[in-house]
Amino acid sequence: MSGNLEIKYKGTELTLFFRGEFSLYNISHFETQLKTLNKPSLTHVDIDLNALTYLDTSASLFLNSFTKKLNKNNISYTLICGSKELLDTLNLTDKYSNKNDNVIPSKTSFIESIGKKSYDNFLGLLDFFAFLGKLFSTKIHLIRNFSSIRYKEMAFEINESAIKALGIIALTSFLIGLVVAYQGAYQLKTYGANIFIVDMLGISILRELSPIITAIVIAGRSGSAYTAQIGAMKITEELDAMRTMGFDPYLFLVLPRIIALMVMMPVLIFISDIMAIIGGMIVANVDLDITVNMFLDRFLIAIDIKHFYVGVFKGPFFAFLIATIGIYRGMAVKNDTQSIGFNTTKSVVESIFAVIMCDALFSIIFTNLGI
Amino acid sequence: MSLISVKNLETKFDNRLIHEGLNLDIKEGEIYGLLGPSGCGKTTLLREMVMLQKYSRGTIKVLGYDLNTISHNQAQSLRRKWGVLFQAGALFSSLSVAENIALGLQEYTDLNKKMIQEIVAFKINLVGLKQSDGLLFPSQISGGMKKKAALARALALDPKLLFLDEPTSGLDPISAREFDSLILKLHELLGLTIVMVSHDLKSIYDTLDKIAVIDNKKIIYEGSLNNIKNEKSEFIRTFFKANL
Repeated sequence: MSGNLEIKYKGTELTLFFRGEFSLYNISHFETQLKTLNKPSLTHVDIDLNALTYLDTSASLFLNSFTKKLNKNNISYTLICGSKELLDTLNLTDKYSNKNDNVIPSKTSFIESIGKKSYDNFLGLLDFFAFLGKLFSTKIHLIRNFSSIRYKEMAFEINESAIKALGIIALTSFLIGLVVAYQGAYQLKTYGANIFIVDMLGISILRELSPIITAIVIAGRSGSAYTAQIGAMKITEELDAMRTMGFDPYLFLVLPRIIALMVMMPVLIFISDIMAIIGGMIVANVDLDITVNMFLDRFLIAIDIKHFYVGVFKGPFFAFLIATIGIYRGMAVKNDTQSIGFNTTKSVVESIFAVIMCDALFSIIFTNLGI
Repeated sequence: MSLISVKNLETKFDNRLIHEGLNLDIKEGEIYGLLGPSGCGKTTLLREMVMLQKYSRGTIKVLGYDLNTISHNQAQSLRRKWGVLFQAGALFSSLSVAENIALGLQEYTDLNKKMIQEIVAFKINLVGLKQSDGLLFPSQISGGMKKKAALARALALDPKLLFLDEPTSGLDPISAREFDSLILKLHELLGLTIVMVSHDLKSIYDTLDKIAVIDNKKIIYEGSLNNIKNEKSEFIRTFFKANL
């Protein structure tokens, strides 16, 4: 891309010789050269394009606006150009260049953007209620027509989003049990209250830790998958296709996922309980010299069965929150790729938040009920 | 001068042979069409020419560069010399139409903002969009507008070579004819060499100078449209039966 510009003064007249190629890549170079011109003293400019071998549309745009500037400053100019092609390019760019003022994107003020955002959020909330309503009515329909339950889809989802998550949940819970016991052991040892590690572990894991850990893992693993799957289906118009063919997406996609997770969550929490307690047991054995038999004896005496029930009872509620938020976010995906990422993030954050809120609520209720 | 030449090309997907001994030659200033039944590898061939896909044997030369031996830097500079229009536009969804067009200019040139804006406005006018469309995002515009915007993006760096993958598919007949005349106009005004894959018979007759028909892994016909009726091939006979 070689080209050069020679500037020759003759009194108040000026000749510009353009040579070689004049394109996108050397416009700014020429522009700096032209800026050094002493404009007020000029009366006439000759623009010589005869030695130009190539002129692209961007460069001719630049030339056109340069000649316009000359006109504005009352400087006459002549275009010396033998080639018809170059003239055509110049005419073309002039014809299609933007004559009107540029459209300037309207700026929104701070207050306006707050208002817009709040209104959007409000609409989002209404949307979520509409979604819940539709879900509820589909459930009613399902109870009336029991045979239309999609067992196959449900079994598939149970395998995809729960059974395949067993490994990671077992491992996470085992490590959490290990860590909690290890930290607790250190404190208990100073008081010689070694055996109370069983009480501490039993109640905290069964009641709170296992359900929450399980819910967080499932929200990150299965809830996000729901959003991405359903979002992608929405972009490829699969949901619309299902609707036109008379398959209600709520019946085929939404309910099987929600029910699958609600059924499986207590099972996952149970597994998580076992693994976390095993983790704690190992630390108790190694660190505090509490044998497995001693641990289990104490466990039977100290830990009421109600703690286990409380933990497992929360499961379906957490599952409902995770699945509905995940699917709702999937349905909220708009017709562009960015929206999938945005909604997946939102789905995970919102469902974890909802789970913790729900847990706090249960905590208050159970304490007041004396459970 | 031939801008693209393909010699003895062979393409294999696993064990499935797509192209075998395929030769073609595209000269400067031509509007060259690739035709053939679905699944014959037209789009694959186009993707191989723009280095999106590897072929198993043979040579492809584009603007003098041999794609087998091209270095990274040469490939980068070659990529600035062509524009590619994808079937569905493939506009970047996080950028507005104007930003999509401006992207190449911002990345590859040292132009100032005002100049870039002016060039973008010109390209928007050139493809027949409104200036206010530039502010919209790809998800807010129709299919036809997406194609025009994508064409403007492909033309942003004033390429010498333009690849079009089914430019009129998914457009209504009126928009399709408009798009054809737009392509012809750009060809005439900017002296572009255009390579396109098309199924649209009207568009083929209106725009193409030269066609290549791919069938059965090879080019079975290469030349102008005038002589095509005399060909014996099954595909050509059925495809061109409709007298236009």
